[in-house]
Amino acid sequence: MGTNNLTHTAHAVHHAELHAHHEEPGFWRKYVFSTDHKVIGVQYGLTSLLFLLFGFTLMMVMRWQLAYPGEAFPVVKFAAPFAILGLIVMLISGFRLSLGTLIGVLITGLGVLVYVLGKGEERMPDGIMLPEFYNQLGAMHGTIMVFLGVVPLAVGAFGNYVMPLQIGAPDMAFPKLNMASYWVYFCGGVIMLSSFFIPGGSAQSGWTSYAPLSDVTVPGFWGGQTWWLLGMIFLITSSLLGSVNFIVTIMQLRAKGLSFMRFPFFVWAQFVTSFLLLLAFPPLEAAGVLQLMDRVAGTSFFLPSGLVVSGQVWPNSGGGNPLLWQHLFWFLAHPEVYVLILPAMGIVGEIIANNTRKPLWGYKSLVWAVIFLGFMSFIVWAHHMFLTGMGTAISSFFQTTTMIISIPSVIILSCLFISLYGGSLRFNTPMLFALAFLPMFGIGGLTGLPLGLSASDIHLHDTYYVIGHFHYVVAPGTIFALFAGIYYWFPKITGRMMNEKLGKVHFWGSFICMNFIFFPMLIQGLAGVSRRLYDGGQQYAHAQGVLYLNEVMSVAAWVMAIFQLIFVINLFLSLRRGEKAGSNPWEATTLDWTATTSPPLAHGNFATAPEVYHGPYEYSVPGHDKDFIPQNEPMKA
Amino acid sequence: MEIPYTVNARPDSGLFNAKMGVWLFLASEVMLFGALFTTYILLRVGAPEWPHHELNVPLATLNTAVLISSSITMVMAWASLMMKDFKKYKMYMGLTFLAGVGFLIIKGIEYSHHILAGEIPSTNTFYAIYFTMTGLHGVHVIGGMIVNGYFWGPGSKMWKTEPERFTNRIEVAGLYWHFVDLVWIFLFPVFYLL
Amino acid sequence: MENVNAAEFKKHHVRKYILVFVGLMVLTLVTVAVSYLRLGVEAAIIVALIIATVKGSLVASYFMHLISEKKMIYMTLILTVVFFAVLMALPLFHHADPIVIK
Repeated sequence: MGTNNLTHTAHAVHHAELHAHHEEPGFWRKYVFSTDHKVIGVQYGLTSLLFLLFGFTLMMVMRWQLAYPGEAFPVVKFAAPFAILGLIVMLISGFRLSLGTLIGVLITGLGVLVYVLGKGEERMPDGIMLPEFYNQLGAMHGTIMVFLGVVPLAVGAFGNYVMPLQIGAPDMAFPKLNMASYWVYFCGGVIMLSSFFIPGGSAQSGWTSYAPLSDVTVPGFWGGQTWWLLGMIFLITSSLLGSVNFIVTIMQLRAKGLSFMRFPFFVWAQFVTSFLLLLAFPPLEAAGVLQLMDRVAGTSFFLPSGLVVSGQVWPNSGGGNPLLWQHLFWFLAHPEVYVLILPAMGIVGEIIANNTRKPLWGYKSLVWAVIFLGFMSFIVWAHHMFLTGMGTAISSFFQTTTMIISIPSVIILSCLFISLYGGSLRFNTPMLFALAFLPMFGIGGLTGLPLGLSASDIHLHDTYYVIGHFHYVVAPGTIFALFAGIYYWFPKITGRMMNEKLGKVHFWGSFICMNFIFFPMLIQGLAGVSRRLYDGGQQYAHAQGVLYLNEVMSVAAWVMAIFQLIFVINLFLSLRRGEKAGSNPWEATTLDWTATTSPPLAHGNFATAPEVYHGPYEYSVPGHDKDFIPQNEPMKA
Repeated sequence: MEIPYTVNARPDSGLFNAKMGVWLFLASEVMLFGALFTTYILLRVGAPEWPHHELNVPLATLNTAVLISSSITMVMAWASLMMKDFKKYKMYMGLTFLAGVGFLIIKGIEYSHHILAGEIPSTNTFYAIYFTMTGLHGVHVIGGMIVNGYFWGPGSKMWKTEPERFTNRIEVAGLYWHFVDLVWIFLFPVFYLL
Repeated sequence: MENVNAAEFKKHHVRKYILVFVGLMVLTLVTVAVSYLRLGVEAAIIVALIIATVKGSLVASYFMHLISEKKMIYMTLILTVVFFAVLMALPLFHHADPIVIK
């Protein structure tokens, strides 16, 4: 039946009357083990948002340690707001058996989780954080944000929900496989989370899990790293299933008349992203299996001969190659950067075209740039490894490809900027987030250039500059685009608009805080402060001049949390009280808005198979009565 | 609206959905085993010495023959359906499954010999990569056998209701099975002969 | 699936499959035999990999019908082979080109 995961039963009943010939599936088949791409999209969306919140929470705890090293952490004060927020959400949902209440319970649960984590003797005795726990938080923050938060939200949620609608497909090509990929992802997430509570604690070798450190830290099955690997194998499998599904859906299920150059830009972004996931992820799966063998079966794939750990010769055969892990890891993880950024660019493209009421400038350049970007992303990975004793020939190669890959990124950004020129801009919340994406991603991209040059990388490698750089790409870059997407497609999913006032408060607050969090990192990094330091650099003479920034960043992060709470409240308030929206509130051109019935959408999406006659962004076409031409509007005779 | 092209090919791509899907999946499998072959090469070039003919060549040659035979019976199973001969399909699919069982038994004998002789993954990097790659290949064989067994038994009911769709399914299962065979064709010389 | 005439299909395809099968078996025996010759390591690797590639191509071309496939599948596989080559070559180049401190 419907996407009405978020709406309450009244809608469902109403809809059942409209489509009486449809057999009504039970609760479990409809909301939990659904094969409808829209329900699965919403499942992905909610799960990944919770993971984003959790990953953000881990970071807020870390930032306490960085701002006030060695001081006791006020666990209770910290966990209480979560419990209260959960209660507010439950209150808004009226404590009835509904999804809102469930989310409220989950948020309260999150508060309890933080409380339990903070109270553990092996983690924070008397509130003072142990270095091992700091490392766990760091590793899990990165892993959760990338693999359980942003990618599932960008690809699993938006890709699943929006892409089939935009190409006029009744569902994904393999609906059961689609359901399987969500549940495999879910299991991976559960394994990752439960690793906090096993005897050895969670993984603590960074999200990159470099060997040999990751091989020898708390070895055996009860080390968090083993669980990290198991979790990753689930997440990778889920991504592989998903990407096969996406590519087949786009190739086979697109509507009549929807040629490749009539694809909305978002569909192109998802298409290229799926190929990246399909071909880049398997090597990490292989690497994960190898590291698992190292940790559980005692092999030495990544362990060199004569390894000494804490003064003891490590009992293994040796003969392995630690750099192999880095190669296999970055063979995935560099394309992964584009997996994070391409769907975001796709969302921003849609929103900018819609709110400038103009076609995207240079649509074909955008498409070719995305394809080229995807291709190049496979041959730049070792720029993460300049400092591994790489010879000049091979480092020159990677330096050159890295400089080349910046060209399509600049083309995309330029096209989006030029699209703004001469448009009559509508500054609604999605547009604000989309507009902010442009300069933020610009900073993220430009700060990457010095890292891609092997000479300047010697100074900057593994400093806070790197952290600042990639967070500018992902946090105020990708995550802003994802927020834009949520505000933009919320009316499609729920039939109601999100509150604009709260949305604007959320935007401006986040925008200012983001920059106070990440810009100081660039400054600290240039001063030479290393990443992953447990005390934020207190012991280093060269860090003394920039240490005061730690407190600035931490406070900004905590303040930003308040603005995210406004977003959560807005989400649930709008669900019940939001202004009702028709099927095309933004007056957009693409099929997701013009060919579907009024939300919530029924199973099968379209009453009749749509047919496409126009390009994706025919806004303000002269001589037309409206300022937009739906893609499925037949040509006039 | 129903999902189109589950049985017939889409005119412009010339493919039905599952066939495109399985080829994409196989592309990812190429990358998975590609990464492991890369590992093999890097370990080997970094090793001071590498064993030659240390594994059981006659048994592995027999196993290669078994797996190649299972490939021809698989393709014959599909060909029988194309010729509308369901009985022959049952026979060939059954043989394919049995060949899979035979392969695993022989592999099991080999494994047990090594383990009893104390040659386990932690012995050295040669045995580590040998066990990992052949083990992962074995998992793929088991996966294929589950699929083939299903289409031999309960899944074959579809032949009565939707014969074309069933033939498509066997073609797709066959593509996967041949790929598993293809991987072994490379594993065999790499571990046993070189 | 088009409507196929059984006899026609048998003539065109089944005979081909059996020929391929015989070819694969013969090549298996050849590659085992060659491995017992005292060739140098490099020559042995080259011969074995050539035979394996021929066998693999036979399976892919005839059993998997790659010899007459659709464009989309060729494109995907070409892309995969390129990235496969990249994945194999670049770590090896890195291995062969370390910084040497004199």
